[in-house]
Amino acid sequence: MTLHSTPKPQTAPGPLLQVRGLEKRYGSRIGCTDVSFDLFPGEVMGIVGESGSGKSTLLNCLAGHLTPDCGQVIFDTRTAGPCDTVTMGEPERRMLSRTDWAFVHQNPRDGLRMGVSAGGNVGERLMAVGARHYGNIRDQALDWLSRVEIAAERIDDRPSAFSGGMQQRLQIARNLVTGPRLVFMDEPTGGLDVSVQARLLDLLRGLVRRMGLSAVIVTHDLAVVRLLADRLMVMKDGRVVEAGLTDQVLDDPQHGYTQLLVSSVLQV
Amino acid sequence: MITVSDLSKHFTLHNQGGTVIPVMQDAHLHVAPGECVALIGASGAGKSTLMRMIYGNYLADHGAIVVGGVDVARAAPRDILRLRRETLGYVSQFLRVVPRVATRDVVAEPLLALGVEDAVARARAEDLLARLRIPERLWGLSPTTFSGGEQQRVNIARGFAHTYPALLLDEPTASLDAANRATVLGLIEEAKASGAAILGIFHDEAARHQVCDREVDVTAFTPVAA
Amino acid sequence: MSAQTHPASGQIAQGQIAPIHTDQAYNFAYLDEETKRMIRRALLKGLAVPGYQVPFASREMPMPYGWGTGGVQVTAACLTPDDVLKVIDQGADDTTNAVSIRKFFQRTAGVATTEQTTVATVIQTRHRIPETDLSEGQILVYQVPIPEPLRFLEPRETETRKMHSLEEYGLMHVRLYEDIARHGQIATSYAYPVKVEGRYVMDPSPIPKFDNPKLSQNAAIQLFGAGREQRIYALPPYTDVVSLDFEDHPFQASKADHACDLCGSNTAYLDEVIIDDAGGRMFVCSDTDYCSTRRAQGHVGRLGTAQEHVA
Repeated sequence: MTLHSTPKPQTAPGPLLQVRGLEKRYGSRIGCTDVSFDLFPGEVMGIVGESGSGKSTLLNCLAGHLTPDCGQVIFDTRTAGPCDTVTMGEPERRMLSRTDWAFVHQNPRDGLRMGVSAGGNVGERLMAVGARHYGNIRDQALDWLSRVEIAAERIDDRPSAFSGGMQQRLQIARNLVTGPRLVFMDEPTGGLDVSVQARLLDLLRGLVRRMGLSAVIVTHDLAVVRLLADRLMVMKDGRVVEAGLTDQVLDDPQHGYTQLLVSSVLQV
Repeated sequence: MITVSDLSKHFTLHNQGGTVIPVMQDAHLHVAPGECVALIGASGAGKSTLMRMIYGNYLADHGAIVVGGVDVARAAPRDILRLRRETLGYVSQFLRVVPRVATRDVVAEPLLALGVEDAVARARAEDLLARLRIPERLWGLSPTTFSGGEQQRVNIARGFAHTYPALLLDEPTASLDAANRATVLGLIEEAKASGAAILGIFHDEAARHQVCDREVDVTAFTPVAA
Repeated sequence: MSAQTHPASGQIAQGQIAPIHTDQAYNFAYLDEETKRMIRRALLKGLAVPGYQVPFASREMPMPYGWGTGGVQVTAACLTPDDVLKVIDQGADDTTNAVSIRKFFQRTAGVATTEQTTVATVIQTRHRIPETDLSEGQILVYQVPIPEPLRFLEPRETETRKMHSLEEYGLMHVRLYEDIARHGQIATSYAYPVKVEGRYVMDPSPIPKFDNPKLSQNAAIQLFGAGREQRIYALPPYTDVVSLDFEDHPFQASKADHACDLCGSNTAYLDEVIIDDAGGRMFVCSDTDYCSTRRAQGHVGRLGTAQEHVA
């Protein structure tokens, strides 16, 4: 049998995200500094490091939640091609974060409207970009609830009545309904039971593959990045100390800190 | 298809006094399409290290590893990822999967990653699982709860799902019964016949003699202790 | 600030002329001239940017919040000695709130008052728009409890201001979506959100949605004052005001499916009144002036008699 007949398109698209010399300081303290990398369409990049290593600061700078002190975050927009999101106007940046970007918070309460039903949560981004047909919005919400394995009859329940894992899956549905191209995730499986984590990881992997998503995932869980991320950056004291293929960085770490990090993981 | 030249590697243990351990020196080998080459040498001689370096799992200090025109020792991560997706397969001794994913999907995943249709990929996966005698009632379960031999066979099915032009096999017949061992050797013969370049570690001597065209002793690449 | 220009207020500021019949202890219409000037500036800005919420330095008024302090300050800033003031509460001229505000301005401004919509030059209202069409030159002042239509879904003021400035109004439809999901239809029946001139989403104050169509293309100036929240917004005459809705759940101005039991009107907004302990009830126009005018013209409802006084 020849399966070579259906390869992915070989045309080499440019990077979706180009980060150049990014720095954020809190007064004299370094949040993150000298961060540069490219992210290509369909790639998943993991960022690991312990608390205070600057990984969340970096993620928030990339997603436009924090304004970096210097550097560029160049995103390949659908309409105007590569644009520096640090210097673009706020309306354009907020439009990006409603359409082409998604942000999955560690705590689903930060990413959901707890007083609004599951269907309303999923539909919000659709309505934000102009959907005005209730029936269509509801159909799309139902479709997305099923994709994240939430029963259709829960559509009118508020997320406060959901378990932690369901809330996280709802947050993912709410973020992906507009077909974003780049997803930022901050500890997406943190605070979940191990068994629930596994289901979420499988879900995320399937969505990333099927939708061709690019993602930047911040976590301190090395097992999560091994399963989700193609590439890995290791951060310490606001700097990237090592970067490369995820399995290479984890199996053949070059930097002393990475070696320490890898050898500190408890074996089950 | 696989060409290794002047390859060297050492480990530096930063947290253990900066100990430097040289593990590979001036390694070189070549595997042509349709050829199966066995790596031999005592335990710790560096067989697995060499395999991992060819797969891009370990970094090389020096030298070149060219697989299907891509120099793994120098390629950007995404080029290595594409190489792994399309050209270079690897059957390791350990099955590493997301828990709770059905065996059928674990095996189909390399095909799905290439954009093969779900139904086609699943059919191929089920065909391989059947050949490797994994009972059909287990296909919908996660392989994490399977026995060692079953996990090994799932791993092999996954490694052979896509017909990679280059294939690395780490002890593919270990812990298999005679019937399954024969099936795996059959799969290797088929891959060879379809033009795959195969590099393997076989402790099973009979198997080695059956499928391998040549042997390369990695002891020759082991650095002389300083 | 009424349709006729009036120089009197400036003169009063200098203390040269004070109407003899007002309470001498207070400036004309209670507020000092500087405060009224500040409010007028906010009103002009609001009229220039229809539907935009203009912050203003709301003063303490001699009445509790919730009793119309915002509307009273706007009215005070608009009144001239020649104005004729009408005050209604839920359409009625004779309820406590309406009576006390009317008396307040009688005493502090000495203006003429009326219950007739057509005669009034300034109408302060709580929760209704009069049934009778307003005309050019009239000012309708709304009392507003919560001016921010996005508030219930987004508690942060910094965020709602940004949403207004960037026209990010998806959240308003989330509110309507929730209505339909829960009740099968848009159940919001008052304070129904509107979009002004295709730009700002605005809370029309808690008027019934029956009144929403009257907001649009109205000949009168419509001013909105929120005292506790310190916001003023406005609709100049003949402004386009559209009620938000979904394509498959269009906006409907609804009212009780009855005729007025006193005047027989089929088109006016009705109040339901319980009339005995056996569950008996009647429906009457909420606009008392409209109802009595019709009855004076000889219209008679199910329970009414011509020109009869109702207890």
